[in-house]
Amino acid sequence: MNDRAYSRDEIMTVTAARQLRNGAVCFVGIGLPSAACNLARQTHAPDLVLIYESGTVDTKPRVLPLSIGDGELAETATCVVPLPDIFSCYLQGGRVDVGFLSAAQIDRFGNLNSTVIGDYATPKVRLPGAGGAPEIARHAREVLIVMRQSARSFVDKLDFCTSCGYLDGGGARRARGLPGAGPRKVITDYGMLEPAPETEELRLTALYPGIEVEEAQAATGWPLKIAPNVAELPEPTQEDLAVLRALHARTQAAHAQPVRIALPA
Amino acid sequence: MFTSLNEAIARHVHDGQSVALEGFTHLIPFAAGQEIIRQGVKGLHLIRMTPDLIYDQMIGMGCARALTFSWGGNPGVGSLHRLRDAVENGWPGPIEIHEHSHAEMAVAYSAGAAALPCGLMQGAPLTDLAGHSTDRVRALDCPFSGETLTAVAAIKPDVTILHAQQADAAGNVQIRGIVGATVEAAMAAKTVLVTVEERVDALAAGMNAKLNAVVLPHWLISAIAVVPGGAYPSYAQGYYPRDNAFYLTWDEVARDRERFRAWMQAHVLDCADHAATLRRLEVAA
Repeated sequence: MNDRAYSRDEIMTVTAARQLRNGAVCFVGIGLPSAACNLARQTHAPDLVLIYESGTVDTKPRVLPLSIGDGELAETATCVVPLPDIFSCYLQGGRVDVGFLSAAQIDRFGNLNSTVIGDYATPKVRLPGAGGAPEIARHAREVLIVMRQSARSFVDKLDFCTSCGYLDGGGARRARGLPGAGPRKVITDYGMLEPAPETEELRLTALYPGIEVEEAQAATGWPLKIAPNVAELPEPTQEDLAVLRALHARTQAAHAQPVRIALPA
Repeated sequence: MFTSLNEAIARHVHDGQSVALEGFTHLIPFAAGQEIIRQGVKGLHLIRMTPDLIYDQMIGMGCARALTFSWGGNPGVGSLHRLRDAVENGWPGPIEIHEHSHAEMAVAYSAGAAALPCGLMQGAPLTDLAGHSTDRVRALDCPFSGETLTAVAAIKPDVTILHAQQADAAGNVQIRGIVGATVEAAMAAKTVLVTVEERVDALAAGMNAKLNAVVLPHWLISAIAVVPGGAYPSYAQGYYPRDNAFYLTWDEVARDRERFRAWMQAHVLDCADHAATLRRLEVAA
């Protein structure tokens, strides 16, 4: 891919953005999901409604927030509601179409770990933890996941299940009565994984131009199954790249702005 | 009602209490947390949805014996290294973890605010986290529909501390912008302390109130201290923005125990108050 005009992160973000339909109500996780959602809003989906867990509803940030509660999100929101309302009335109340998540680990059924690597009581690595993810994964009508793929992050067995995907697959999620449909697509820096019908096991359904099936399999910690027809995902357009790079440039400049506070004499 | 921050902390925050410094990314009461560090308060059960840098500092300086939280990272940057060191290596002392999701903590604060023993969520607990929090999160059958619900034990801090934009002469406190679960955390507590950017004669009311201005009435509050810049490096909407560059830099400072201790000595312990800290950081204009 070295001779291509875009990086793997860029085609991943653009591909993630393209999965969002205009007008959808999307609960946004920080990091890769936030970049993808804002790219979508500034390209093909101007009416995408973005909700961040800080209580900012229908927000239209001009720069990417570093945290999920930057002032930019409040200033450009249609309304700012108390945090308990976001989780009980908006999310649990069934008013969110898409939950957009990332995590440290994912398994073949789209269950996610963002809590610990190793044992919970004596962890090798203590990760930040659940945040809004368990309830987003549970209640959003559908879930999209964007994650860089490697055998360390796409694992045979999660160290800890923070957020539920299809549980053990084969209809287990539906049987437990979880309201949302679960993870519909996993967008990685190799291509895309989607649940197979019946088993609900994630399998490779699409790749970026120039990537081989074997490379994606090598970057997966379980024996990754391959869909009958693996599609080639379209490359980013010039406009996609221009908008994404401008967004990152504005963000970097904004985050470097020095803060000065006037103190009374 | 109005007092200095030094007096408010000395009078109301004591060793061993449960203390919630709330404010979701916005209006984090940094000045109050650093004053608790200066006064050497120990053995606290700290409660915050997002521990953020302020609890990283308090944990690293040995103020805490326990932590209730729902997301313990440096937002958009990575780890809270002092929190991780305490959990992974017991430095500077062991810390007991009471971990939740955001939704659970929001429900727990709301229940505490309404003087209920627990709050409710849809469906049965399912994740691995539920298996580690059975003393606080359990399944419950709805007495009407029979469906399984999740009950979350109420959080009722001894003391809740908030930072806000303004207080009027009577001690009514106004918060604008992202409010998080501040009002619920305040109402769940026995004692409420507030730092504010400024004291004004009268708060903007009705249609003149900016954004979704929330007022905490004066009789809910035990003490108010005027502390300009009291949320820095978090922010106060309408006063100063979040110092994202500081959050990025903190990753380096907190990574190393000695560098962290030296930073805290120079910027907190050796500074008489928050204004001195802001001057030392060259943030004061």
